[in-house]
Amino acid sequence: MKKNKLFDRKIIKDSIVQSFVKLNPRYLIKNPVMFVVEVCTAVMLVETLYSLLTAHSSPSYNLIIFITLLFTLLFANFAEAIAEARGKAQANSLRKTREETPAKKVQAIGEMYFDEIIVVSSSHLKKGDVFVCETGDVIPMDGEIVEGIATIDESAITGESAPVIREAGGDKSSVTGGTKVLSDKIKVKVTTEPGESFLDKMIALVEGASRQKTPNEIALTILLAGFTLIFILVTITLKPFADYANTPITIASFIALFVCLIPTTIGGLLSAIGIAGMDRALRANVVTKSGKAVETAGDIDVLLLDKTGTITIGNRKATHFYPAHGTDEQSFLQACMLSSLADETPEGKSIVELCKQLGVKSEENHSLLTLHSSHTLVKFTAETRSSGIDMDGIRIRKGATDAIRKLSEKAGHIFPKEIEEKAKKIASGGGTPLVVSENEKIIGVIELQDIIKEGMKERFERLRKMGVKTVMVTGDNPLTAKYIAQKAGVDDFIAEAKPEDKMEYIRKEQQAGKLVAMMGDGTNDAPALAQADVGVAMNSGTQAAKEAGNMVDLDNDPTKLIEIIEIGKQLLMTRGTLTTFSIANDVAKYFAIVPALFVTSIPALQGLNIMKLSSPESAILSAIIFNAIIIPALIPLALKGVSYKPIGASALLRRNLFIYGLGGIIIPFIGIKIIDVLISLVF
Amino acid sequence: MSYTELLGVLLFFFATFLLAIPLGKYIAKIYAGEKTLLDPIFNPIERTFFKWSGIDATKQMNWKQHLSAMLTINMVWFLMALFILMNQSWLPWNPDGNPNMTADLAFNTSISFLVNCNLQHYSGESGVSYFSQIFALMFLQFVSAATGMAAAAVLFNALRERISDQLGNFYNYFLKSATRILLPLCIIVSVILLFRGTPMTMEGKDTMISMEGDTIHVSRGPAAAFIAIKHLGTNGGGFFGVNSAHPFENPDYFTNIVEMVAQTIIPFAMIFALGFYLKRRKLAWMIFGVMTLEFVLLVVPAIISEVQGNPAIQAMGIDQSQGAMEGKEVRFGAAASGYWSIITTVISTGSVNAMHDSSMPISGLTQLLSMMVNAIYGGCGVGILNFYVFIILAVFISGLMVGRTPEFMGKKIEAREVKISMIVALFHGFLILVSTALASSIFINNPEIGWLNNPGFHGFSEMLYEYTSSSANNGSGFEGLGDNTPWWNISTGIVLLLSRFIPIIGPIAIAGILANKKYIPESAGTLKTDTATFGLMVFAVIVITAALSFFPALTLGPIAEYFSMR
Repeated sequence: MKKNKLFDRKIIKDSIVQSFVKLNPRYLIKNPVMFVVEVCTAVMLVETLYSLLTAHSSPSYNLIIFITLLFTLLFANFAEAIAEARGKAQANSLRKTREETPAKKVQAIGEMYFDEIIVVSSSHLKKGDVFVCETGDVIPMDGEIVEGIATIDESAITGESAPVIREAGGDKSSVTGGTKVLSDKIKVKVTTEPGESFLDKMIALVEGASRQKTPNEIALTILLAGFTLIFILVTITLKPFADYANTPITIASFIALFVCLIPTTIGGLLSAIGIAGMDRALRANVVTKSGKAVETAGDIDVLLLDKTGTITIGNRKATHFYPAHGTDEQSFLQACMLSSLADETPEGKSIVELCKQLGVKSEENHSLLTLHSSHTLVKFTAETRSSGIDMDGIRIRKGATDAIRKLSEKAGHIFPKEIEEKAKKIASGGGTPLVVSENEKIIGVIELQDIIKEGMKERFERLRKMGVKTVMVTGDNPLTAKYIAQKAGVDDFIAEAKPEDKMEYIRKEQQAGKLVAMMGDGTNDAPALAQADVGVAMNSGTQAAKEAGNMVDLDNDPTKLIEIIEIGKQLLMTRGTLTTFSIANDVAKYFAIVPALFVTSIPALQGLNIMKLSSPESAILSAIIFNAIIIPALIPLALKGVSYKPIGASALLRRNLFIYGLGGIIIPFIGIKIIDVLISLVF
Repeated sequence: MSYTELLGVLLFFFATFLLAIPLGKYIAKIYAGEKTLLDPIFNPIERTFFKWSGIDATKQMNWKQHLSAMLTINMVWFLMALFILMNQSWLPWNPDGNPNMTADLAFNTSISFLVNCNLQHYSGESGVSYFSQIFALMFLQFVSAATGMAAAAVLFNALRERISDQLGNFYNYFLKSATRILLPLCIIVSVILLFRGTPMTMEGKDTMISMEGDTIHVSRGPAAAFIAIKHLGTNGGGFFGVNSAHPFENPDYFTNIVEMVAQTIIPFAMIFALGFYLKRRKLAWMIFGVMTLEFVLLVVPAIISEVQGNPAIQAMGIDQSQGAMEGKEVRFGAAASGYWSIITTVISTGSVNAMHDSSMPISGLTQLLSMMVNAIYGGCGVGILNFYVFIILAVFISGLMVGRTPEFMGKKIEAREVKISMIVALFHGFLILVSTALASSIFINNPEIGWLNNPGFHGFSEMLYEYTSSSANNGSGFEGLGDNTPWWNISTGIVLLLSRFIPIIGPIAIAGILANKKYIPESAGTLKTDTATFGLMVFAVIVITAALSFFPALTLGPIAEYFSMR
């Protein structure tokens, strides 16, 4: 997917318009801090008009305060609008391709489908409809293949140009609207109502219409409302205090003090931060069903990962041949090669490749094969758990140890002890032993090795530092699983895993108070995906899996969870740090405004004016202007998020406390002073 | 300042500190129900109490039951004290013939002793009988301290690593706090005071002939027992009007040390008790460290400004080399008085050994701040409760700052807990600011009302101090305020009630809710709360909350006074 720039010209234009639209009080009341600012702005407007008529206080000063407040509001609205616009742009670019595509709908009455096909617009497709896609067609809607197999170009969604295969039945039956069929013909059943696809849901979330506040966001809003409340009190009670000290304070000054003190910075950026979090997830090609899911991802304690395809490349390769006693190496290799020549699996190919490297001439074998034209291939079945070749009375088989053992013992042979030991050794070394027999007599064993993906160890290390425990799920036997778990650096593993085992494990961890995340694609993953606190379904997976999870990964990248966890953490951190920053700013604002309020009647308080601001009016203006412009200044940070570093919670707290806490105290002192100098230059 | 004075101050602190650790261990054992040395004495006594009252001390209570037990029994005590004070003239043990209290004064006095504040709008010599001193005031000094400690014990129980709403028995915690902790310590302290010359008699005023030949009536009474619990229970209400500046109440430098240690020791020990009880000593050290840092930041400027002397008096040509001695006792000196004034305000004792009205502006500022923060050591038991609220807020903000849903002691902090913490943390500011604002506007509109001895900033400080002291349940007075009027009696009475019970209800509610939540074991991603880093965060939250709430008010009081005096 294209990454658009942080600020696009069109986005900015739209957002500016939106900033004014969002001034509507009915909309703003959702954000208590900014709503209070709006009330203050309205009061200042009345005061400005009133002072124009009666000249009881300086109209121009009032006007400047009013304008600054208005801009404070607009800046906050702009932050939210731009976050929304960016998310929308991102989602729209996904949606564009699927709007108004012609769909070849299969006519049906009830459950009866006819061969007749009519072309309708994609927007007229309903859930349960069936449509046909042929080579070159764009798939009009999300759905599940009911018939056929096809290669599909999903680059419109994933950005990955290599085509993928999707077929009816199994775990790869799901197709996404907007993708293109490259070959063959499929029948697809629509699985969502129009306007309810994941993308539509995501767009609605980003647009704010259906955006619900997350639990942490609610708690933070309460905290901010609390601070707002105390500052209402501080400001209101200041009136009798000042009266006691014979110091009249103008309405403009009261309002300036109040607005400066309440946490407008975080209040103005809060919803932008939330939207930007979901937007960042979308940029990582993850469609989330709620903002809460992203937030929960940041808290994940346990991460379940499938071994195959995630931790290892997925294709096992032959690495060694071990002939049995009494079998010479050359003939053993010969047999291995023969049995694999017609084997199209990656394992089979790798055996042939290794044989060639070891000097077995393939031409010889090919001619051998053609010579025995009566050869038949024996395919792998779950029952025999072995494969091989039959030709002219020679039966070569290769397969799992116990399968071949059974075969051999049935024929009256003794299973050699050395082979048994060898097989065990291979397994404990993380490999898979493949025992080979010729006419039911054991002739040796092939070692297959799983290759661990590059960089996995580092990623797991990073997760460990974040406090996330990684668990590898594999169908391998415990010995192999243990070896690979150690080699890859995961913390735990589930060996010989059945789908129920995953569920069991998740339940167990959750009972211990942990939050669990997992990825899955198959229908049998669906219960576990639903049980997990964060369930990420692969886009290529079945509809059931996608419904059960709370996120869908468009890239089908099993390591995506790591990114999602970081996005979740960033989301919380951005809120936390900007809250700290916002509240720390108040210290400097107090030192600007409080002496300015009283210095005329209590000259001794000049001693509090540690910034040496030029005049009381300029001090108050500088503080309130700083308060306004800090919001747009922090928009890029709010949108990008505070960067997360897995250095341990305490170190991270120290770092953020130093940058945003101490920085939050110091920066406004500098900023207010600079604005004051500029103001005194102008006036 | 001489080195002796400085050494004296350091001695006060370290003596308390060293005694508090074993006491904390003992307190932890009591609340955990473990065996202690004094069991043979107290077991039969307590059994008798529970038998007579029909209380089943083994019945477990949830947090709501705890609170209703606490509030009910407090209500009974309040009515009892009110009755005694309003009828003391005909009740026994009134050798000096002191009159009944007026209704508003009795209301204020009963509440203020009930809530461990001891704001005294009367003078002990002429305002109360010995019967009232013992059965209304001293009784409340015991039970109010034990109430606070029992509430803290409920918190300790709730913080344990488990999921439950069974948080022990309130009456059990309450009675054990009184009998096993307060009583033995009080016996030790009162015996020491007795030997240093504090009176302990039921006879009325004595008379003596002064050197000028005048006859002087000298008040006395059962003071030694009263003064022991006044300090140990962080009550602060003096037997005599001028409190611990009175030569009978605090005869010499040694008793000054004893009283200082006595008022500090239980608040210190409660922190260590938390560590021993939960087997999280590092957490206790973190709490103690943060509190001590705040204390040092307050006490050092106070001592310095007192020792430096008063520039205004200096300008009149009066020697200030002994420090600002106006309003202080010569037997204690400037440094020890400055130290006491901060100890008594950070801890909610509020007993005074010098007049705070005469403190330098910086000391006045730090005394006010001590009470405005109200979470540095704090009163018997309630200090920990106040601090707990700030821990919750700090956990919430710092949890967000490290990108993880906040949790404390294995429990997730969510919207409800944040809401309660926020209410409790801000309620203190609300009470102080609103009541001072009301008083100010009454004063402005009725300048002839005659409340204030001093005009200007100092007069404002007097009002601000009175309400701050009430809201912090402290009970010390800035004095110089004509406070025995219906307005002050009733308004401070209301503030006292609210500021006592809401900061107990809030933390207990939070702890109770959290105790019933799912327990999450610590992982590498959990933010540790027993570290210096987290301590710094709590410190920042406390300082910022106090500074932001009170800066403008303080500016018009002690800060303006300070700048005007330079």
